[in-house]
Amino acid sequence: MTGQQDIARSLRTFFWLLAAALLVAALPAGAADATTQATPHAAASATGWWVWPLALFVVCFFMGMIAVPAGVGGGVLFVPIVGSFFPFHLDFVRGAGLLVAMSSALAAGPSLLKNGMANLRLALPLALIASVSSIGGAMLGLALPANVVQTLLGITILGIAGLMISAKKSEFPLVPRPDPLSRALGINGVFHDAISGKDIPWQVHRTPAGLALFLVIGFLGGLFGVGAGWANVPALNLLMGAPLKVAAGTSSMILSIASSSATWYYLDSGAILAIIAVPSVIGMMMGARIGAHLLTVLKASVIRRLVIAILLFAGVRTLLKGLGIWM
Amino acid sequence: MLHWATVVGFIALVATFAAYMLGWLPAHVPLEQMPQLWSLPTAEFLKATNTPTGWSWLFMMGQGDFAGQLGIAILSGCSIACILVIIPIYARNRNTAYLAICVLTIAVLLASAAGVFTRH
Repeated sequence: MTGQQDIARSLRTFFWLLAAALLVAALPAGAADATTQATPHAAASATGWWVWPLALFVVCFFMGMIAVPAGVGGGVLFVPIVGSFFPFHLDFVRGAGLLVAMSSALAAGPSLLKNGMANLRLALPLALIASVSSIGGAMLGLALPANVVQTLLGITILGIAGLMISAKKSEFPLVPRPDPLSRALGINGVFHDAISGKDIPWQVHRTPAGLALFLVIGFLGGLFGVGAGWANVPALNLLMGAPLKVAAGTSSMILSIASSSATWYYLDSGAILAIIAVPSVIGMMMGARIGAHLLTVLKASVIRRLVIAILLFAGVRTLLKGLGIWM
Repeated sequence: MLHWATVVGFIALVATFAAYMLGWLPAHVPLEQMPQLWSLPTAEFLKATNTPTGWSWLFMMGQGDFAGQLGIAILSGCSIACILVIIPIYARNRNTAYLAICVLTIAVLLASAAGVFTRH
């Protein structure tokens, strides 16, 4: 009982800290929005320029803390929250979001490869497909009006929250026999489960459907700058039948390749501003380190519920902002 | 390889950003003007600030806001470097399917990096 009370107290404290950080960010953001709308090119903001990178760092630090233990990439929290509560144009937020998603995946990559959690044979064909479509998504995202992208993003974020609520996970999915394409490509392996101490052979099925799904996932990742950590794991685990830990590890590898193709596009188009992207990446990386330890004091399910609540709030806010109802 | 490329990218990112924020490097767009500009769409921002696109930043590394692109480019290039490393392994094993996948992925990433898909 005491343990549960401690967890509840920690969660409440954490939630209010996060809410306070968002509130601090939202209040001046609203003021700045009003100012820039009145005189878009010349109005001086009352808020010092340095407040924004600092607020971004703080908010990203908190997001990094919960994104990692909740099993979602940082980008999926970053874009709707920063896009809704900060005065930056959505183009720059999406560019920074891709960089955040890619950096998180790159930071995790070496240890995942070393531990055999990430599988190259599984990752490479899917990453190729996702890379191509993420460029298509990035091209469309920078061509569409911001309010259209914002509305579509709101709908997508609410859909992701719904997916997180409904999706189940399977530690070791049953794959009776591999499909011809995965057999031809030799997509299989042996995963060493440290908990049971056993070597578990695995294989995948439904590879053509997986390739088609990664085409869509990559496109959405490039369009909204949200990366694809939220979708990669369910697609690899539930659709293709990869063991959960292999799916999570391979997801990072796919994400780092697919996000980099879209990041290059945003960078080349001038849609990445260092003043927005760099504090976000640093804050998220530092928060993610703390987040890994958060799992020892909070249940993963509690953090997951917190992330779902934030996604629902950010999704509604993004949708209403896109529709011009709540600016 | 991936580990060291990522570490170098992060160090470049943090070092150039510190130089930019602390004013050790002059900024192309003064920092105090940024709050009036970062709410503009990309095309308008570029026009209002006379900021070049593509790889022009490489020749403007003396300015803090462009120097920051170095770390971003290194991190974005990590995937390319790592795939280049595994290509000879697939070639040696005569694994043509994965060799083709790697070559195609490199081609896509390089084309994106080179600005083939970008309208300037």
